[in-house]
Amino acid sequence: MEKQTLSYRSVTENPCKMCMPMGGILAFKGVERSMVLLHGSQGCSTYMRRHIAEHFNEPIDVGSSSLNEKGTIYGGEKNLRQGLDNLIKVYNPSLIGVLTTCLAETIGEDIDRVASAYLQERGQEEFPIVTVSSPGYGGSEFEGYWMTLTRIVTKLAQKVEKHNKVNIIVPFISPADIRELKRILQLMKIEYTLLPDFSDTLDQPFARPYKRIPDGGTKLRDIARMSGAPGTIQLGVCVAEGISPGKYLEDTFGVPLYNLPIPMGIENTDRLVNVLQEFSGRATPKSLLQERGRLLDAMIDSHKYNFQGRSVIFGEPELVYAVTKTCLENGVFPVVVSSGSKNAKLPELLKAQLEQVPQQMHFLNGGDFAGILAKSEGANIAIGSSEGKYLSEKAGMPLVRIGFPIHDRVGGQRLLSVGYTGTAMFLDRITNTLLEHKLANYRHNVYEKFYPGTKTVTEG
Amino acid sequence: MSAKLAIEAREGSIRVKGKQKSQLQCDADSIAGAVSQRACVYSGARVVLNPITDAIHLVHGPIGCASYTWDIRGSLSSGSELFRNSFSTDLQEEDVIFGGEKKLARCIDELALKYKPSLMFVYSTCVVGVIGDDITAVCKQAEQKHQIKVVPVQSSGFAGNKSAGYRAACDALLQLIKSEGEPTAQSRKINYLGDFNLAGEAWIIRNYLREMGVELNATFTGDSSYASLRRAPAACLNIMQCAGSMTYLAQEMERVYNIPYMRVSFLGIEDTSRSLREIAAALNDKEISEKTERLIERETAEIRSLIEGYRVPLQGKKAAVFVGGGFKAVSLIKQFREVGMEVVMIGTQTGKQDDYDSMYSLACDGTVILDDANPSELERFILQQGADLLVGGVKERPLAYKLGISFIDHNHERKHPLSGFAGAVNFAQEVYSTLCSPVWNYV
Repeated sequence: MEKQTLSYRSVTENPCKMCMPMGGILAFKGVERSMVLLHGSQGCSTYMRRHIAEHFNEPIDVGSSSLNEKGTIYGGEKNLRQGLDNLIKVYNPSLIGVLTTCLAETIGEDIDRVASAYLQERGQEEFPIVTVSSPGYGGSEFEGYWMTLTRIVTKLAQKVEKHNKVNIIVPFISPADIRELKRILQLMKIEYTLLPDFSDTLDQPFARPYKRIPDGGTKLRDIARMSGAPGTIQLGVCVAEGISPGKYLEDTFGVPLYNLPIPMGIENTDRLVNVLQEFSGRATPKSLLQERGRLLDAMIDSHKYNFQGRSVIFGEPELVYAVTKTCLENGVFPVVVSSGSKNAKLPELLKAQLEQVPQQMHFLNGGDFAGILAKSEGANIAIGSSEGKYLSEKAGMPLVRIGFPIHDRVGGQRLLSVGYTGTAMFLDRITNTLLEHKLANYRHNVYEKFYPGTKTVTEG
Repeated sequence: MSAKLAIEAREGSIRVKGKQKSQLQCDADSIAGAVSQRACVYSGARVVLNPITDAIHLVHGPIGCASYTWDIRGSLSSGSELFRNSFSTDLQEEDVIFGGEKKLARCIDELALKYKPSLMFVYSTCVVGVIGDDITAVCKQAEQKHQIKVVPVQSSGFAGNKSAGYRAACDALLQLIKSEGEPTAQSRKINYLGDFNLAGEAWIIRNYLREMGVELNATFTGDSSYASLRRAPAACLNIMQCAGSMTYLAQEMERVYNIPYMRVSFLGIEDTSRSLREIAAALNDKEISEKTERLIERETAEIRSLIEGYRVPLQGKKAAVFVGGGFKAVSLIKQFREVGMEVVMIGTQTGKQDDYDSMYSLACDGTVILDDANPSELERFILQQGADLLVGGVKERPLAYKLGISFIDHNHERKHPLSGFAGAVNFAQEVYSTLCSPVWNYV
């Protein structure tokens, strides 16, 4: 009986996911001179701005159509139009993303019609407004992110001549990770269009004068030409086909799709480098091979420490897969692997991998933190966003922060975890966390275990 | 204002002290696309109720509303930590189509069984307001089933702004304290309204009151519990700090329980001293007044030289303020003067007309006063007024830093108290640490 009530719960206790428009905002942040308008009540944009600003320490300006009771009853068209007007006046963006929220979807707002009528009346049919239907109840930030990218590509990509710039479509990794990918692409001498590129927009150097829309982002004309690329490398093995921009480009324009995992760990990074080599037609540069060698060296140096690690891995499915793979390569065997949102592809991807795990292992597809905690006995390290501090507080498990959000530490935007070098840095963070924990406790633990016994002997 | 604002409709919400005589427009709906810094009805309600420590806070809606509000506030508890969880019914598409009442009832059942709480709040969100789930009926049934208090909070995001959420929270609180039996006999104790015990601030004030010979009865809502709130009708006086959120509750308690109320503020030496004296005067007790004077004298003597020390390097610097509520803004003008600084721009998200009147009369000529400002206005007036520092919350902080100026966190997330005499020192120290940091030599 007790077991039954525990195994199925209706209530979510401490969520490990966010809502769809959140992912949409993050995707638009990687597009040149773009602004976002959330069609809904004022709170959604404010909460999400706060959530993003605290992670990146960057000003995050997102408009809202500020729907009130009247707009909810009679329709929000007037608010949406006024919102577009004001965003254009204040920010002068080159593209506007309109994301719906729970409220707009529930009252049945037709944002496509409003947007095209709005542009037509102003004689600005060329201005790109990308609409995304993203109700909070339709999925998590993961689906919102990928759906938005697909909508952006669908809106902007035109039929063009073939060219040599490879499409690189990335999941929500850190700005530092994006910069690292670009460095690798440069080393391999590959020309590319990387979408979405928030490496500058969400990690802007200090400079005067202040710019309301930060510099950077994927250029609109480059997105328009993604259709003529020799191929698409999409770091999105967990992405469903319906919201896969790479799949759209393949189906519509015949651009071959290489769907790869985030390059974390030896195997996953090798996979990326091999595909890049196919595109470049050149041998892998020596410096990159050196980086690979150093990673192997680091893995050997740390392997015994890492083997002491038993992990709890949680967060967005794509990152969860990459982190799990890296942990498996290094003997930091998982006790719990939990995807915040329910994902159809992850179970299949993990199945073969997780058979290597020597002890009992739980996979939660759409787990909350109460569920993760309940299964985490025997684990000694948690890996994921700062929300995992709950596991530290409740079970004394140290937390290695990666992903989004990281609210209780600085530098989430600077965390480097991809490629051979990034993997080594990520592994060091894990190893050092295990070491710190061990060194802080081993004297006490050994004393408690053995000293009382010696006392009895001598005294007895 | 020298140049026109990009959004003309915003002109009425901005005034310059000494230049325009007409009243400032406030307490109105935000303008679409203006990038208001305000949140929603749910946010207002959750902020006020969340510090109730032994309550389950269950958000009835899709996941976002619960995700973005999980344990983000710095309210401290001397007892239960239950309030630091965020519970959600995580509504899915089919729930939105077929209604979410059944799922809500199941969620309440599960939480009641697992945590055995005495009190549960059920917050409605935008979707719930549209699909028409009758959360009041579900809560009532659950109360009977589990023999606990289950309070519906009518906080659909679109039904007004953050202030409407304060009102919804006050309605929920009134339901809680409604005494069913005999009217409670009044005592000499007082209630403290509008302190959320951020970084232990309510504890600081409670210690002052105790030293004055005044016992605190209930605090709304910092470090409160179901039991402590139910005792509220037994007080002889309500002192109220955050008037923006609590005025309605104070008025209703005066009407229903005959408890008079007075406004206080414990931000800065001047307002803390004045508030303590006024409490003593209201209680009309010579001994309390004498003890109060001794307390103020001792505390101010202890911190005076500390504050003076900070005053020297801070003298003449200019501050900009953009905070949530009116009382904070009004006190901050005085508090900055205590450290030798003038406020040159000031505004709030939800201030009322009387708050703005106070700001207007306190501010020096040329100060820009603005309601419901947005990032582009903050940017413009910070630069135009030559502010060296901004006071605000998480969303405003990166803007200040990107503009290359200092910043003071005055939000619900801070980890150090800013109330009372101890808080006045923390404030001065924080202002000093951000204005006199060597990093500014490099930008």
